[in-house]
Amino acid sequence: MSAESEATPKQENWSLIIRPQRAWWDLRLGDLWRYRDLVVLFVWRDFVSTYKQTILGPLWHMVQPIATTLVFTVIFGNIAQLSTDGLPPFLFYMSGNTVWSYFSACLTSTSDTFRANAGIFGKVYFPRLITPVSIVISNLISFGIQFLIFLGFMIYFKMSGSEVYPNFWVLLLPILLMIMAGMGLGLGIIISSLTTKYRDLQKLVGFGVQLFMYGTPVIYPLSSVDVEWRWLILANPMTPIVEFFRMAFLGTSSLSPIYLLYSFGVVVIIVLAGVLVFNRVEATFMDTV
Amino acid sequence: MSTTVISVEDISKSYRLGVIGTGTFFGDLNRWWARRLGRPDPYAKIGEADHGNRYGETILALNKVSFQVKQGEALGIIGRNGAGKSTLLKILSQVTAPTSGAVKVKGRIASLLEVGTGFHPELTGRENTYLNGAILGMSRAEVNRKFDEIVGFSGVEKFIDTPVKRYSSGMYVRLAFAVAAHLEPDILVVDEVLAVGDAEFQKKCLGKMGDVANEGRTVLFVSHNMSAINRLCSRALLMDGGLLVEDGTASEVTGRYLQGSDAMDQGRKWSLENAPGTEELKLLSVKLIRNDDAFASSVIEVKDSLALEIEYLVNKPGLRFRCAALFYSQGVCAFASIEPKEVKREVVGRYVSRVFIPPHLLGENEYTVGVSIFTSIGVKQHFVRVQDILSFQVFDSMTAPSARGDYAENMVSALRPMLNWDLTFKDAAGN
Repeated sequence: MSAESEATPKQENWSLIIRPQRAWWDLRLGDLWRYRDLVVLFVWRDFVSTYKQTILGPLWHMVQPIATTLVFTVIFGNIAQLSTDGLPPFLFYMSGNTVWSYFSACLTSTSDTFRANAGIFGKVYFPRLITPVSIVISNLISFGIQFLIFLGFMIYFKMSGSEVYPNFWVLLLPILLMIMAGMGLGLGIIISSLTTKYRDLQKLVGFGVQLFMYGTPVIYPLSSVDVEWRWLILANPMTPIVEFFRMAFLGTSSLSPIYLLYSFGVVVIIVLAGVLVFNRVEATFMDTV
Repeated sequence: MSTTVISVEDISKSYRLGVIGTGTFFGDLNRWWARRLGRPDPYAKIGEADHGNRYGETILALNKVSFQVKQGEALGIIGRNGAGKSTLLKILSQVTAPTSGAVKVKGRIASLLEVGTGFHPELTGRENTYLNGAILGMSRAEVNRKFDEIVGFSGVEKFIDTPVKRYSSGMYVRLAFAVAAHLEPDILVVDEVLAVGDAEFQKKCLGKMGDVANEGRTVLFVSHNMSAINRLCSRALLMDGGLLVEDGTASEVTGRYLQGSDAMDQGRKWSLENAPGTEELKLLSVKLIRNDDAFASSVIEVKDSLALEIEYLVNKPGLRFRCAALFYSQGVCAFASIEPKEVKREVVGRYVSRVFIPPHLLGENEYTVGVSIFTSIGVKQHFVRVQDILSFQVFDSMTAPSARGDYAENMVSALRPMLNWDLTFKDAAGN
């Protein structure tokens, strides 16, 4: 009997083959789909565990954007007197901050994936990509709250006669979100793959994101940038997203929506690169983390 | 005919020895730069010889291990610490990848390296059941279907909507194990989960594993508990230094392992400075001796006779006291024995008290030993009172008659003396 099983190994019947390195194109996206319930549960876990035993629950998310916006308004609007493209400074800063904080939350929390989850990852297998994907989705909750606050203020300003013109481009909001999520996820998992070996890269993320914000028209409009330097800001794939968000909801931007395609292209590349690197690292990261 | 469901082919796993890089990008860059300039490694410890070629030196945690497992087989994996068992498990559970070789698996494989992986303290028992189930690879529908069964098995019905951070540790483990026990993979890989939890839980755990094996599913089981391996597994692998050294029936392989471990010294010695005791009396060493003076061992067979040797230093002439030995199992004192008389030790110096334990008294458990030295004449005074001095495992190889008789299944009791039974016929039914 043993001879038989030696002689006629039914190679095709193996449902799983564990090898030193998987081929780089073997991303096991099917596995990701099979574990989709886990994504839902992780999102639920993040949500519940953040708000249990808090008085205001999700309302805490109101404090951060309003406080940040007020600070921006006072410092950049009143003291530094930066241009806001003729928009009410409060709305201008709040729009930038709403978009930016979703991206930065996605980036910072996914960039810690391997290290923060080493405990679970060391004990059980599930597609590792589940974790960053669920983080990006979890962050949508806080984005949703901030976005509603922004909408509230926008309507208030509109009613009180400010020059604010939301238009049909707002329908593209889901696409904007997808691009941001992809950017945060892609960069985040690249960083988390590198930080399994080099911890100091993690320190870079915090202030890196902050520097990145100043390189994006969050606290200033693109139109206020000198024409000779504008290409630099335009090369930043986050620029079209912030500008486009303002154009859709507030009605002013100096940027053609075509630039959104550029962001989209960059995001596709970043996500692909991220997934490939991540996939490469996930097989053996437990040995180096 | 049973088919091969796991085929492990020439699996090796190497780890880089010592520090892997300096841990920071800057550090690695710095080291690389020093190397280029021919300077000594700035991260080498001072006084430590630089062997130059240390970088990249590797250790083989697994060395070309190959074996096959058939469907429905219960396979035990044993070996000393560092033998490569855990590495093998990690590879089988896809936590890490092998360095070379391949593992081929047929069917759904689930591994249990720990119970309660991913439990979140803020979530309720119910929420954690779903979360843990999903982490282990169950779909939501599957957990739904088995939910009542899981909760029933765990015995925490009343608290299922309470956050698990309020659970006692026993409840926590029971719920966690209940989830894991209701996984229905084709192949189950289990690490020493049995090492945690109370006796009742361990019993339940072993029982459930037995069920899984009886249902015709394949089980791979890594454990130090020879009794469990013998009872659950038909076949066992013995690993040593990353090599597969023996593959045979469970009783053969566990027997071989126990012989090999005889050399392990299970005594405990203290230096004079940190010896427990008072000025007048200090405990110097406690040693467990098996059968004769030849071996001290941490693995004991039910049929062995034992002696516990307590050595102490008396600093005051004419000190009167007695020694006591306490044997704990599963958190309770299984039995204690004291010197029958408080003997006066007239001379200053070292003494040895021995207590003899007959064969067929201990059960198949892990025991820990505590020692007290005290006097109760006049004012009661303890000179020495130490718990958990040493521990040993008692095992029944079933090669000699024992209190088991011909019963081969689980038998949990703190003590297991061979007692006489008799049977008489009283009268015929209907009279």
